[in-house]
Parts: sequence; C-alpha cells; structure tokens
Amino acid sequence: MDAATEKITKMQGYKLHVIETDKYKTNTLVWRMKAPLTKEDVTKRALLPQVLQSSSAKYPTTTTLRAHLDDLYGANLFVDLAKKGEYHIISFLIEIANEKFLNDPTTLLKKGLEFLAEILNNPNISENKFDQETVDKEKRTLKQRIQSVYDDKMRYSNVRLIEEMCKGEPYALQVNGEAEAVDAITSKDLYDYYKKAFSEDELDLYVVGDVKADEVKEIAAGLLQFEDRTPKKAPYPIVQKRSEVNIVKEEQDVKQGKLNIGYRTNIKFGDPDYFTLQVFNGIFGGFSHSKLFINVREKASLAYYAASRLESHKGLMMVMSGIDIKNYDQAVGIIHEQMEAMRKGDFTDEELAQTKAVIRNQILETIDTSRGLLEILYHNVVTDKDIKIDDWLSEMEKATKEDIVAVAAKIDLDTIYFLTGSEAER
Amino acid sequence: MEQIMFEQLKEELYHEKMANGLNVYILPKKGFNKTYATFTTKYGSVDNTFIPLGKSEFVKVPDGIAHFLEHKLFEKEDGDVFQQFSKQGASANAFTSFTRTAYLFSSTADVEKNLETLIDFVQSPYFSEKTVEKEKGIIGQEITMYDDNPDWRLYFGLIENLYQNHPVRIDIAGTIESISHITKDWLYECYHTFYHPSNMLLFIVGPVDPDKMMNQIRENQAKKDYKDMPEIKRKFEEEPVHAAEKKQVLKMNVQTPKCLVGIKALHVDQTGSDMLKNELTMNVLLDLLFGKSSDHYYQLYNDGLVDDSFSYDYTQEQGFGFAMIGGDTKDPNLLAERIETILLNAKNKGSFTEEQLERAKKKKIGAFLRAINSPEYIANQFTRYAFNEMNLFDVVPTLEGISVGNVESLAEEVIAEERFSVCQVIPNKS
Repeated sequence: MDAATEKITKMQGYKLHVIETDKYKTNTLVWRMKAPLTKEDVTKRALLPQVLQSSSAKYPTTTTLRAHLDDLYGANLFVDLAKKGEYHIISFLIEIANEKFLNDPTTLLKKGLEFLAEILNNPNISENKFDQETVDKEKRTLKQRIQSVYDDKMRYSNVRLIEEMCKGEPYALQVNGEAEAVDAITSKDLYDYYKKAFSEDELDLYVVGDVKADEVKEIAAGLLQFEDRTPKKAPYPIVQKRSEVNIVKEEQDVKQGKLNIGYRTNIKFGDPDYFTLQVFNGIFGGFSHSKLFINVREKASLAYYAASRLESHKGLMMVMSGIDIKNYDQAVGIIHEQMEAMRKGDFTDEELAQTKAVIRNQILETIDTSRGLLEILYHNVVTDKDIKIDDWLSEMEKATKEDIVAVAAKIDLDTIYFLTGSEAER
Repeated sequence: MEQIMFEQLKEELYHEKMANGLNVYILPKKGFNKTYATFTTKYGSVDNTFIPLGKSEFVKVPDGIAHFLEHKLFEKEDGDVFQQFSKQGASANAFTSFTRTAYLFSSTADVEKNLETLIDFVQSPYFSEKTVEKEKGIIGQEITMYDDNPDWRLYFGLIENLYQNHPVRIDIAGTIESISHITKDWLYECYHTFYHPSNMLLFIVGPVDPDKMMNQIRENQAKKDYKDMPEIKRKFEEEPVHAAEKKQVLKMNVQTPKCLVGIKALHVDQTGSDMLKNELTMNVLLDLLFGKSSDHYYQLYNDGLVDDSFSYDYTQEQGFGFAMIGGDTKDPNLLAERIETILLNAKNKGSFTEEQLERAKKKKIGAFLRAINSPEYIANQFTRYAFNEMNLFDVVPTLEGISVGNVESLAEEVIAEERFSVCQVIPNKS
C-alpha cells in the first residue's frame, strides 16, 4: 500500500503540509482557511475568494491573470467552499504541470507558489478597499451561484433537508451564504473582512507532488508570512432529540420526487466509534451491495439511485433517492425497514466482510488522487487530531456486529424531506 | 505482446491482439494503489439500425436498447455481478455513450480475480423476460431524473436542433415508451452482433505486471469459443450539412435562463490523425475565442451575460459532431446573438496572433498532463481514440503542430450561420 507520509512544518501564521510523491505529472497546491461558520460572515467568506482569484495588483484584470496561468502551462486555479461541521472552509487550489514532462525547463512549482502568494497577499485594492468593479461583478456572480441551486433538484432537495433539519443551527447556512446578504457588502467591508480572515483563520498550505519538502519550505517561507494566531473553536450546538419526526413536503413542478431523509448519528470524526459508523453506513446505504440499493432499487424497482452518506464532522447521515411521486409511502417504508434491520443486527457476516473490503478499497483509491488524499488528511486539521491513514484502515477492520448494532442504537431519525410534484399538474 | 514507449511522458504501454480479435492494452502505473480496467464495445446509442449477426436484413431496434443492455448484463442466473465485485473489494460500474458501452472496475486488491470477473460477466449474457420487465421501472426513474435536469434537456435539445436524421438526436436512455418495447430477444440480438471480441477493447491501468496479466487474458480468451465474425453492417440515413432547426425554447421549473449555441461539425467522416488534428484545432479555436483569458469572455462577463457556469466543448465522432458554447444567463437571446457574432467575426483574417496560439497550446498541454494523472481518463479516452483509429499519446505532438493558418482555415470553413443553432431553457413562470 502507498499511504504517503505528510511532513508538517509550523510556519509563520500557518502550517505547511508536504507530501512527496512521484505518482503525478503535476504538482498540487492547496491553500485552506478555516473559521467558525456564522450567519454574519458566511456570505463574505463566499465572496472573498472569488474576488481574490479574479484579479490582483500585478494582474489587475481577469484577462491578464488568466493569461499568466495559461503561460504557466495552463495551471488551473479554482476556489472551493465547504462546510465541515460548524466550520466554513475556503480553499484555493492550483494544479501546475511538473516541468520534467515538458520540453521547457522553467521551474513551475516556484512560479505556482509565487502566483498563489500574489493573489493572497497583493489584492487589487485602492484606498483601503477592493477594486469596486471587481467586487460588483463577483457579487452578481455570487447571487447567481446561490440562485442556481434551485435549478438542480438533486442539490436543492439536499440543501432543503439540511435547512429543515438544522434550523437555528449554523449548519443550516449554505456554503455560498445568503442571497439577501450579498447586496449590502461593500468593497470596504470585504477588504476589512479580508484582513480579519488572514489574521484570525486557521491557515494551512498543502503541496503534493514530486517536490522536496525542504525546498518547498524555503520558497513558502519567503513568500507567505502571517501573524501567529490561536484558531477560534466553533461552539458545538446542543441539539435536542425531536419528540416526533419532522416531515416536510414541498410541491414544485417536477416529474420525479426527491426523497431525502436525515438522521442524527450522534457520532463525529475523532469519536471512538466513528469508523464503526463508516461500516454501518456501508452496509446500510453507501454502496451498490448495500441494503438501500438492493431493496429500494433492485428488489422493488422504485428508484435509479438510493444511497446514504455521512457528514462526518456534524454527525449526520443522509439518505437520498429519486422516486415516482406515488411511491412515497412504499419507499419510506422500505427505508425504515432497512434501518430496523440494522438495529436488530439483521445482516450477515458476509455483508460485513464485503463492506469492509469495499471501504478499504475506497480509502486506498481516494488517496491515489492528490485531492482525495488532502481531503482525508484535512480531517485532522478540522478536529485537531492526528489520525493516520493506516488507523482509518485498521480501526474500520475491528468493527464487529455488536459494535455496529451499538452504533445503530445511537442513530436518530430526524427529518424526512420530500420534493413532490403538484397534484394539479399530474 | 508489443511494448510502446512514450519517453517524454515516462510511460510505457503494452499491446496485444488476441486470436479472437480482442485488442488488449496495459499501462503499468507504479506508486498507485488502484488498478482500473475498462472492457468496452464499439456499440452505443447511435447504432440503432444494423444487420443482426446471421441475418441478412437491416432492423431498427427500440431507442435506448444499448443502455438497457448495459444495465441487464450485470444480472446473472445466480444473482448480481455488483455483489461479486464488492465481495472482492472492487467497485464496478458501466456507462453507455453515443458510440460506446463500457464496463469497468477499480480495485486495490484481488486484481486478477476482479479482471476475470469483468471479462467473464461481459462475455456471458443472461437475460430473462422477468428481469427485463423489472429493469423498466429502474431505467424509467433514470429517464425521469434526466427529464427534470435542465442542463441535460438543454444539451439534448441542442443536438435535436442540429441533427435531422442521425440517431445522435435520440436520448441515450430512450424514453419510457421506447423501452417498453424491449424484450430479451432484442437484447440477445444486439449482444451477439456487437459484443464479439473483435469489436471490443480491454484497457488496464495500474500497478500491474504486464506479462502476467497478458497471459491471464490470453488464457481466459483461449477457453472461449468465438467464431470469426463478419463485418458489422450499420446504416445511417443521409444527413444534411446544415442545422435542422434554428432555435428551440424549453420552458422548465428553473429560476435562471440557460442558453447554448451549437455549431454542426464538418469532416465527420474523418478518422486517425486527420480527425485528431481537426478535433484539437477545433478545441484550440474555441479556447482562443471563449477561454477565460480571451477578450470575448471578459466582455461577456463584464456585461453580466455569463457567470461561472459558462463553458464550451467540442465533440466529434464518426458520422456526427458539434461544438457547444453557453451557460446560465440573464438574457438568453442577447447571449446567443453575442456568441454568434463572435463566431462569425472569427472568420476575418488576422483574428488570431502567434502569441495567443502559443498560449492556448501551452494551456492544452498542461491540461493533458493533468488529465493523464487519472487512470479513468487514460482508459476511457484511450479507448475512444483507438475506436477512431487515433492514439491518445499523440495529443501533445499534434497540438505542437497546429499553426495559425490551421486555425484560420478551420474557422473559415466550419463557422457558418446555416450550421448554427440555439437552444434555451427559460423559467416556466415567465
């Protein structure tokens, strides 16, 4: 097995993580910024990276900035937002060719890091605010991005489930923030927030590729320096168990109903039974041999997809399926039966062994890609733990039937959300 | 077994054509955990009129049958092949495109066993009336899912506009009505016609020993009794060069309008290096006109006509092809007009400079390196290229050979109003 080693160095204001590997034709640079998820900041956090990546002092228009990236053999730059538990995470990702595969000896890694530093350190500002034109354009695009969730019904129903399930908790917020909050953000506000984020967020730089950790450290130290900080911890909201299941049905003009069911697992990454929960999810709905796929799709022919997934840092499990509107009761009934079977330990040793084999495979495949590897390693930053990839594998292997039944007993059904067609149009 | 080296990319590829005609390629990848294998037949949704094996008359099969067959091949008398793969720690899947049906697995252990399972399940069909009927419910939901997806509807709406007769205009999954006509006999007829090893390609990429693996495949195939296969006879109706419809507007439950402009391709009879050069030149042309470092993109973004959903793409296969440009927009009519104007102006001499072309080529070369980090990309694209008599690893040298003159003459030739079409999705409440 190739479970790459991560070399972590404390730098000025951030941590540098280097993974040396010669598997790839490119080098990957990821800059991550983590802060508690709050209604007040989330929209600014969605806008900020878009403004930073669209121009800088040296490249004052998107056209000049992108032309520079094209010249660096089409280095690709994009930003990504995520919620991990009660935290909001901004990522800047640059993937740049490794020159040893080119007929051109330019040292691209250094140029990539210089470019990253340029967009983080030298934004396009005048008089202590971001360039007005850039901010206006990116505000327009952000509103568009928030609105577009509505048009993708699979995403929409997933977002709506979380909104209904976590009402009143920060987690109900969307990664892109709130459409109503966009207009009020001025370029001065955003610039102030930029300074705040770079002095308070937890910052991490990941570099993966055929690189030398010492060299990367030297280059990074010269380019990126910030004040030292103690990252803020997000308070974990106390959630009362519901006395009865929250059922939400929403009517829209859709042909297929989207059924999304949310459970509180009461288990988070870093808890002793977290890896058992992974195995639980694998038997229940994570794969094409799982109970949901077999019973909702293969046996009852009700759906094309029927699966479950975990939100590891929030302690949620979400089931999703697309079904004919008239089959709501039958589908919900079958899903409840599968959960009941899990609680009773109604699964074979073979299902257990099969699930472990597939999870092991999934983890090993994930770390074959630089981004997948970073996702797994970043769990440790979110929870301030040091769990190695080997631990993921060995802990998961240990899960017994009794452990899984014990995990099942902790899982509470919370909310059933159904996006349904309107009767009049049927 | 032949060995092919790619010095610049530091890759080596192994190839052998089996006695029954099956082409096998193995690309060892050191340092990776995962082995990824695809077993692909040159048979997709467009192959709907052909002479079945052992018959003499053309038949037209129900829409969506290639995709239906893909689903059903996983089912065997003693259960589901997905189960078999997951017991062996593998993850299996399949997909059907216009021109190909691919079966695949990835695994980090038990690779020989999984490879055996892949080859054997694809080469032993088992269809029954009962399971065929049951699948109609599942695929029915797959079709309904796409019906609610505005981007899918927009994409197929545009192809429908561009093509008058060619079956590329038919949704790959068919319709609920068309799949209702599918029977087990139809499935066997398609299977026997298109799943002969000589119409297929097996590609394996991962930390494997090519000699051992090639031996395993050779032995596996030698055990099976395949007769020589006559050439497959497909039929396609005559297709005009111009777009069938100028415009189509779909009303859907969306908040943001969408607009795609399409160009119907020329030279769709090409194969081999001509096709590769044409395809890459077309991609470079689109990059020059609409890439993020282009003035046009800057103007469109500044004017609020496009957002980050804006994209462009070129598809070319034997018998059909199209370029598509567009995305979400507040003003779908104005966006269509602007894209068409940009395209028509590109025919003017002096539209492209040497410097812009060099930059676009560098960008493409970098993107290619990024892409070949992915075993999935290598296996799937290599197969597609091979079916069109091209070589994936010729991409970089071919790109390097593109001149400003090539781009100009392609623009001059392919861009024509009669080959344009527009498809829009607009909110049904407006």
